[in-house]
Amino acid sequence: MGERRIVYLDHAATTSVDPQVVEAMLPFYTERYGNPSSLHSLGREARERVDEARATVAGILNCSSEEIIFTSCGTESDNLAIRGVSLMNRRRGDHIITSSIEHHAVSHTCEQLERQFGFEVTYLPVDEYGMVDPGDVEQAITETTILISIMYANNEMGTIQPISEIGELARSRGIPFHTDAVQAAGSLSLDVQELGVDLMSLSGHKFYGPKGVGVLYVREGVELLCCQTGGGHERGLRSGTENVACIVGLATALELAEERREEESKRLSGLRDHLIEGLLSSIDHCRLMGHPDKRLPNNANIAFEYVEGEGVLLGLDMAGIAASSGSACSTGSSDPSHVLSAMGVPPEVARGAIRMTLGHENTEEDVNGVLEILPAVVERLRVMSPLYGE
Amino acid sequence: MYSDLVMQHFTDPQNVGVIEDADGVGKVGNPMCGDVMEMFIKVKDDRVEDVKFRTFGCGAAIATSSIATEMIKGKPLEEAVKLSNKAVADALGGLPAQKMHCSNLAADAVRAAIEDYRSKGKRAEE
Repeated sequence: MGERRIVYLDHAATTSVDPQVVEAMLPFYTERYGNPSSLHSLGREARERVDEARATVAGILNCSSEEIIFTSCGTESDNLAIRGVSLMNRRRGDHIITSSIEHHAVSHTCEQLERQFGFEVTYLPVDEYGMVDPGDVEQAITETTILISIMYANNEMGTIQPISEIGELARSRGIPFHTDAVQAAGSLSLDVQELGVDLMSLSGHKFYGPKGVGVLYVREGVELLCCQTGGGHERGLRSGTENVACIVGLATALELAEERREEESKRLSGLRDHLIEGLLSSIDHCRLMGHPDKRLPNNANIAFEYVEGEGVLLGLDMAGIAASSGSACSTGSSDPSHVLSAMGVPPEVARGAIRMTLGHENTEEDVNGVLEILPAVVERLRVMSPLYGE
Repeated sequence: MYSDLVMQHFTDPQNVGVIEDADGVGKVGNPMCGDVMEMFIKVKDDRVEDVKFRTFGCGAAIATSSIATEMIKGKPLEEAVKLSNKAVADALGGLPAQKMHCSNLAADAVRAAIEDYRSKGKRAEE
């Protein structure tokens, strides 16, 4: 089998590691491998590199180094933020407000707090574009609300939430506000002062950094229960020997992502729009999922009626195109995407939703390739479908 | 995830289509929570003379429908109606555990088509 280049359109799932990042990380495996807590020079050097990485991240987020915690991934950051704030603030209240379109790292953590710890959680509805209404957030606030968690940009359909507005509201009511910004890095500003957030989750492998490392920003003054106890690392908030190589990798990747953000966002949204317009005009019975304008620059999620997502993905895969879907068949669960359901998309339509998320290596040629291949893939499945032509 | 045979039936499914004057039609499943399969049979001398299918579903759903039609074509109804999901899955060289329910649906569609044919016959006799 020849080496055919894969057209990779699944950047929301993960990205390659930028070669500059790999280069920055490697010395920390074989040469500068000290444990940052060690007294000797090898340890001290590792400590300095971690501090540097921390300062770099803090600079980009516009906060202080003390407010940055390194974790193992976005999921851990979400868990720490939500479980940590909730359990620590139990005496003040037991009500959490979140949305119905969160990543499972947020929603399942909230559900566990409900089931096992007696918390009350409000899952705010969204409109047909998947947008949360700050008015709904306001209405939901009670005297016992101790946390609001709304994701910055949705991983499935790309809609960008009104974070600054919600941040202002949360600030005025003195309620800690967390945002899962995992999909936003590299595309949107991460300035926590502008956003008005008190906690923010990031994940390295979404912006050309390594897997296995994440960040949780925690504003000074926000109290958090440590969920991983041990040697007291990360100011007692997250124990465990620092993953120096990956921390350095994450900081390097974030720096590069921030440098490239404006230009790359522009380039990607051009490709995205060409892809969306091309598909909507060449295939009938399909629609864009998510907001037409307030969406991530690289996200194109389109639902093709009368066909099932996994079938489309297999057809694309055979043509060397990698995409994804929230279709139950492809995820192994029996329910359609909870995100699309929350938007009012009928289950049989949601099952035909295909998510294509562009990235660094994608070109105009890649988009044209998809436009050539996808219509035939969909048509072949439609001809076989009992739902088509009914 | 899928065996070569499953992929073969997915890319080149057998007996896709509709039989307008079918002797028996079986429609199973539900697009809201699962796959949908339609199976059409022509019966002659108590044998499956011809069979066609349409399926809304994943790769496994399409492959199981396709191979199920191959397995019953030309067979006596008595034999065809006994088609089991295990036989379908085995014929495809096995299915991932979470996809076994697709093979259930294929076997159900066959039984539903034969059931439909038989009940029509009964009505004709009455």
